[in-house]
Amino acid sequence: MNNQLSADIVIIGGGPAGLAAAVAAKKNGIDRILILERDRELGGILNQCIHNGFGLHTFKEELTGPEYAARFIGQILELNIAYKLNTMVMDISRDKVVTAMNREEGLFEVRAGAVILAMGCRERPRGALNIPGFRPAGIFSAGTAQRLVNMEGYLPGREVVILGSGDIGLIMARRMTLEGAKVKVVAELMPYSGGLKRNIVQCLDDYGIPLKLSHTVVDIKGKERLEGITLAEVDGRGKPIPGTEEFYSCDTLLLSVGLIPENELSAGMGVELNPVTSGPRVNESLETNIEGVFACGNVLHVHDLVDFVSEEAAAAGKNAAAYVRAAKETAGRAAERASFPAVRLTVGTGVRYTVPETICAERMDEHQTVRFRVGGVYKNCYVSVYFDGERISRRKKAVVAPGEMEEIMLTKKQLMEYPDLKEINVRIEEA
Amino acid sequence: MEEKNLICINCPLGCMLTVAMDGKKIVSVAGNTCRRGDTYARKELTNPTRIVTSTVRVLGGSESMVSVKTKEDIPKGKVLECVRALKDVVLPAPVKIGDVILEDAAGTGVSIVATKNVQ
Ligand SMILES: Cc1cc2nc3c(=O)[nH]c(=O)nc-3n(C[C@H](O)[C@H](O)[C@H](O)COP(=O)(O)OP(=O)(O)OC[C@H]3O[C@@H](n4cnc5c(N)ncnc54)[C@H](O)[C@@H]3O)c2cc1C
Ligand code: SF4
Repeated sequence: MNNQLSADIVIIGGGPAGLAAAVAAKKNGIDRILILERDRELGGILNQCIHNGFGLHTFKEELTGPEYAARFIGQILELNIAYKLNTMVMDISRDKVVTAMNREEGLFEVRAGAVILAMGCRERPRGALNIPGFRPAGIFSAGTAQRLVNMEGYLPGREVVILGSGDIGLIMARRMTLEGAKVKVVAELMPYSGGLKRNIVQCLDDYGIPLKLSHTVVDIKGKERLEGITLAEVDGRGKPIPGTEEFYSCDTLLLSVGLIPENELSAGMGVELNPVTSGPRVNESLETNIEGVFACGNVLHVHDLVDFVSEEAAAAGKNAAAYVRAAKETAGRAAERASFPAVRLTVGTGVRYTVPETICAERMDEHQTVRFRVGGVYKNCYVSVYFDGERISRRKKAVVAPGEMEEIMLTKKQLMEYPDLKEINVRIEEA
Repeated sequence: MEEKNLICINCPLGCMLTVAMDGKKIVSVAGNTCRRGDTYARKELTNPTRIVTSTVRVLGGSESMVSVKTKEDIPKGKVLECVRALKDVVLPAPVKIGDVILEDAAGTGVSIVATKNVQ
């Protein structure tokens, strides 16, 4: 390999996260940026999300997925940011040498000053689902069906049952109905939907598609081609209740059972992962345990709104730019870093995780967004923040649910008032 | 006085709206984060509309499909008819974002435009 390139910032993945990170890094004074994308176009998963509802927060108007992506791709072109398509990143070393491959250049290496991980997420495989019976043709993940219908123009079936009420499944229920298929039912194992409320209204209620909560598939009929499935109600522990079985004939079963961050590369380079999010553990700068390696978007934690992906990614891009500048000025930052103590963010009742997991008051911006998800549905509750056991804020919420990401805002001023602060705890409290 | 609950669908936040109604008259709207929620509640209970998105075949381009949408929202009852009107449309490449694909879709007076660039 005589082919070594270098860049101040190498961004892995050209989806909305990678694009927003690149734009922010460039605007913060870094010119030598390189985006590596394995697909044939920039935009990531947005290219197959043709429905509207993207961008109200970022652009103050409502766009479809491809339109939202086009806004950022336009900025990439305008700012002259370099990118390589059809390029698969194979490996990243701890000292930030990125190994990638494409048809024109073969295998090549890029030495990076900083790396931004923006590989997105993938769907949970159906193998993990534990449905008994054969595996006949006609079972797809919802994202695969989305790609088939929206990008290839191919309708995978006529009579459809959807397992899992994640957003992609809900969106596909509407999409396939409009394309002439009959979507008979959406079954959800949990007692609540994992999707956004608006999608339940717009995609199911509008078309009279029933949503069966606390239900799962207990049998699959058909050897070569799917002929039908049996649903049953489940009890509080997720076990099917005998006598509640109901048969649905169908030629297609879509699985929309959740997304999981794509972190093989991160794990391979020694980035520490949080078992709850399956994404990297990061500090206030969205920097992982490896200095100069940042993460944002769905690779960090699964987002439901692309607007927040862009916002988070812009922060990662800005922080990576600051890191590169600092690294150029001082020969390294290790000494400076060690002198700043970090405050740990911990989760209390109802909260599953927070991003970031540590905050350093000296390094943080004036305002720090902390995003998190709750573990169940809570109505009329408070989102409370405790500094070393003392409640410093609480905000009333009409409802919080696992399907919708929540956030709190911390300020530098708040943290500076507690110089010996060790722990910030976020929890849900009943009102 | 009657109370109706609905979810604002104008943006993905999906605020829970509570509308107090006196017969057919809307007395008050609560629960919205921004003004659009108020407007939506009033409209949804009198004249519901939707933006429709779909795809259309492209010939001779880098991709075989292009995504499209109604330029504005159309009456909810016209959604299926609108998608059907797009079934047989085939476009020659290139297509640019904003290109009009079909005018006056399903007699709504609203045109359908491309939402993706296809070379
Ligand atoms: C199937 C699916 C459907 C979705 N549908 C919706 C929806 O309908 N509505 C909605 O609001 N949200 C949807 N989402 C969520 C959506 O992914 C996020 O809102 C947003 O796109 C996340 O942006 P991202 O840049 O983090 O990830 P992505 O958009 O996934 O982008 C990651 C990019 O990294 C590239 N990449 C990954 N690994 C490598 C590698 N090793 N080398 C080079 N490139 C690599 C990928 O090709 C991809 O382009 C969906 C997600 C999935 C997985
Ligand atoms: S009220 Fe405003 S913020 Fe709330 S869902 Fe509607 S448009 Fe979005």
